[in-house]
Amino acid sequence: MIRCLRRPPTAIVKTPATASTKKHSAKESFLTAYRHMLSARLLEDRLATLYRAGGKIVGGVYLSRGQEAFSAALAVQLKKGRDIYAGLIRDQAGRMAFGEPLLDTTRTYLGSALGPMRGRDGNIHRGRPKEGMPAMISHLGTSISVVAGMLLARRLQGRLGDTVGAASVGDGATSTGAFHEGLNMAAVEKLPMVIAIANNQFAYSTPTSRQFACADLIERARGYGVEGYKVDGTDLGDCLDVFEKAVERARHGHGPQMIVGTLLRLSGHGEHDDASYVPPQMRQSDLGRDCLPAAEKTIRSGKWLSDSEFDSLRIEVQQEIDQAFAQSMQEPAPDPYKETWSSFSTLELADGWQVR
Amino acid sequence: MSLTYLEAIREAQYEALRRDPNVFLYGQDIGAFGGAFKATKRLVDEFPKRVLDAPISEDAMVGVAIGAALEGARPIIEMQFADFSACGFNQIVNHAGTHYWRTGVPCPIVIRLPSGGTAGSGPFHSQSMESVYAHYPGLVILTPATVEDAYHMLLDAVALDDPVIFCEHKFLYYHLKADSLPDEAMPIGKARIARPGRHATIVTYSAMVHESIRAAEELQHDGYQIEVVDLRSVKPMDTETILGSVARTGRLLCVGESFPWGGVCAEVIARVVADGFHLLDAPPQRLNSKDTPIPYHPNLWRAHRPTALSIAAALRKLLQD
Repeated sequence: MIRCLRRPPTAIVKTPATASTKKHSAKESFLTAYRHMLSARLLEDRLATLYRAGGKIVGGVYLSRGQEAFSAALAVQLKKGRDIYAGLIRDQAGRMAFGEPLLDTTRTYLGSALGPMRGRDGNIHRGRPKEGMPAMISHLGTSISVVAGMLLARRLQGRLGDTVGAASVGDGATSTGAFHEGLNMAAVEKLPMVIAIANNQFAYSTPTSRQFACADLIERARGYGVEGYKVDGTDLGDCLDVFEKAVERARHGHGPQMIVGTLLRLSGHGEHDDASYVPPQMRQSDLGRDCLPAAEKTIRSGKWLSDSEFDSLRIEVQQEIDQAFAQSMQEPAPDPYKETWSSFSTLELADGWQVR
Repeated sequence: MSLTYLEAIREAQYEALRRDPNVFLYGQDIGAFGGAFKATKRLVDEFPKRVLDAPISEDAMVGVAIGAALEGARPIIEMQFADFSACGFNQIVNHAGTHYWRTGVPCPIVIRLPSGGTAGSGPFHSQSMESVYAHYPGLVILTPATVEDAYHMLLDAVALDDPVIFCEHKFLYYHLKADSLPDEAMPIGKARIARPGRHATIVTYSAMVHESIRAAEELQHDGYQIEVVDLRSVKPMDTETILGSVARTGRLLCVGESFPWGGVCAEVIARVVADGFHLLDAPPQRLNSKDTPIPYHPNLWRAHRPTALSIAAALRKLLQD
């Protein structure tokens, strides 16, 4: 289900592609997204196992089970190395689809000193800010203005070109002041942004009925003066379509695009949470459909992959994951006696930065 | 040529914009209107694409600055009043302040806070926030007390790769004048002996430097020579200069306009007691504002903040101990 809330002011210019090439590119994106979904699922299954076994992972483990399609579909529509992608807590699939190496995940969860956060921050709080991937903080909604600032800087520097910046949040983040301020500001500046809202029905344990009073989050798009689209977040094909359109419209000067994906988080907030607050009937409804087997069904019905190709893909992805975990586990942990305890990059300004 | 403290801030921003095309200004009413205090007067005419009006969204303003800094820009954010930076607090302390340490990527932003009290401004347009931000790691906190420092320290702040909270004092905006600007200034992190003396040390910063000097002049009539140390930057703090002064005088009074609980004065005293207890001839003292919101009526306001009168009284007591 895709619904455009506001009629686009101009018709979308579509490249005059033949039906066959269009289908081919859709198939390519679908398979690429599927691979990242599968990789995210298998990787997170391993993280959950390690968490339960105890010892290897000191902090929490936050899974994106059920949200992989919506997450990957946005990131595969972006240009790696050129666009901006601010993933959040449940964007394992999206982060990988945007080019984040598997090792960044395993190193950050396992606290390797060689990871991007070097044990200074953990799990999902990671990024590569110099490569268009800002590192999230736990305070929700803050990434929207950061992505807007990145775009604004590129505009000032005359190198915005057709860059698009995407920020991913959940239904809970839409209640924060930071979300409102960021989206409003981005709309005022008419920045080429895509804001993906994964409405997974619960912010930790709080249902949407206690989160907002509007009938649907998509109604907010009109208030901000941005274009809004709603999509079934469990359907990879629909998600790809809506993000392809949104990214193109953002790229071509139509300002921020807000996409609400309706889905259900098929895990707890973190692995410490049994999610007993999710009613069984909700799990059994369309919302609770698992996007991964659903995508596999589409691939099988289109005969895009044979059984053996499915098998070899799974083996290949699993091997990559095993390798990343094995490597990260052998890497050194951060050493407090060798740590530079300076929160300033200008070391001469640091006050007592050496370990005492 | 004569220049006020406010004009120095305007000139520094002009110079920063002129020197580096990556510098831009973002804040409420700073474009055609020139800012609530006119600190950006006519800058938009010279740099139309780099002086941008912001919505009333302090959180987003700081978030924009952080994102822009990651892309190589050098943003200067104007908070209309220091008090309103509370609405951008999260992005300042949790995002900008943590960024370098977490990621290894510096976050060079400057946030200008028109700080401190002026008569009639009341509880929400008078606050001094330096102690609050100094508490958090990762933020450089500058508190210029002179026209020269207002100019040079703002330029230094823009050149610095770390986030800077630039606390400029509104009371000094129009009162303080300089005939010219020196080509160079002391580096960030160095305190200045604003007035030499030998009977007691006042460690202070920002507008309280001037109240303290007036108090010192008052005590000169009684034969006391009071040394006044202007911290210039409260973070990093120049402990060496503070201890050097206390070594000369044996007595310490720390004066700040911010609220008394915790804060810069408490930090100075803690450091002196820890590293220079043997230098002290009397218990170190501090004088801050009262522990209430900042009052509206001038009668109350004058009694709320430290003044030359109350500083002189505190000094007399310290000298009798």
